[in-house]
Amino acid sequence: MCLAIPTQIIAIEATSPFPQATVVLEGVERRISLALTPEAQVGDYVLVHTGYAISRVDAVEAQETLAMLAEMTAYQ
Amino acid sequence: MKFIDEFRDPALARRLVGQIRQMTASRAAPVRLMEFCGGHTHAAYRFGLRELLDGAVELISGPGCPVCVTAAADLDRAIALAEWPDVILATFGDMVRVPGSRVQTLQAARARGADVRVVYSPLDALTLARQHPARPVVMLGVGFETTAPGIAAALVQAETERITNFSALSLHKLTPPAMRAILGAGDVPLDGIIGPGHVSAVIGSDAWGFLPREYGIACAVAGFEPLDLLGAIAGLVRATVEGVPVVDNLYMRGVRSEGNPTALALLNRVFEVGTAKWRGLGALPDSGLRLRAEWAHRNAARLFPVTREPAREPPGCRCGDIVRGRSAPMDCPLFRRVCTPENPIGPCMVSNEGACAAVFQYAVDF
Repeated sequence: MCLAIPTQIIAIEATSPFPQATVVLEGVERRISLALTPEAQVGDYVLVHTGYAISRVDAVEAQETLAMLAEMTAYQ
Repeated sequence: MKFIDEFRDPALARRLVGQIRQMTASRAAPVRLMEFCGGHTHAAYRFGLRELLDGAVELISGPGCPVCVTAAADLDRAIALAEWPDVILATFGDMVRVPGSRVQTLQAARARGADVRVVYSPLDALTLARQHPARPVVMLGVGFETTAPGIAAALVQAETERITNFSALSLHKLTPPAMRAILGAGDVPLDGIIGPGHVSAVIGSDAWGFLPREYGIACAVAGFEPLDLLGAIAGLVRATVEGVPVVDNLYMRGVRSEGNPTALALLNRVFEVGTAKWRGLGALPDSGLRLRAEWAHRNAARLFPVTREPAREPPGCRCGDIVRGRSAPMDCPLFRRVCTPENPIGPCMVSNEGACAAVFQYAVDF
């Protein structure tokens, strides 16, 4: 039930009480709520869970994690 | 897909497996890790990680399946609520087939005429409330810290838009108290915990600091791709071998140490912490979220009081022991003989995140 998928924001609408965004989920455009991530910008990837973006995906951290995993295995 | 494919790199996965095997080579017994989250249980089976690590690491499924840990008594309440005149009960899909007491389900209630709607999002339930202003629409709030903020946001939105016929039945549960209950009971020996990724996106990786501090056990927060899980497992194995338990965050791209402050503020605005009943763990203090007194007008537990007979668990079902890691699905006498995904007796076989459904779908060695 805690499934969340990384998906890119292609548009944002400043609705009340919470902003909404358009994302493409599995090829289909969907409206999601930015109630939990109002700081998200167009172009950001967010983790979408039950129609809400619960977190912004940080591209720099993603690269650092991959680099760290590669480093972890460098001493075999 | 971006942020997915890079975390499925087979060459790096093989190297991580090699490193885990190297670190555990001199050990007499496998390192025992509990994956809290049912999503991790399924990912580990789906990507074949259990076989890859066989003999080096043993993965034990934990209570991180909201449907599985919903007590039969709470299901009975949801079913009774669905049968209240005019009520539309909106629920996430995997709740409709979960048996309460006396083999009742929401699906069976719907067949008898109750209006039960499956929704993807609480926002869909809000849409139902707009479309049916004369009928009460109740969102069945099932889920952990990942899901509860969305329910809170929908309630706030209903308030702003003055949608008066929208309420929620909160059966939400908090994950750290369940982890404490399992470790406190002490009957399942564990070397480390794979922390739930999307719960931690909300509560933060720091929320697991009590694991090394109070229980001397390591925790690695992980995402749901093979490299996420293998990285977390490698970190936990190293912590075990070196005897230095810490909290590691292997899901930095989605999880901050402090979590999501906006989501936490919204949770705190709508809910307060209270006792919750867990299948397998019983009533745990401070482990559930109930609506605050200011939200009584949207609290379905108050709006639709129901009288119920005492709850009964499905006879023979071992789900309660399975969610706390005491039993494996294969230990259950019903597993695969009478309990299957087509005809589930207990919730661990119904939910996509349930350990029984995972073993049934992916494991070949039962």
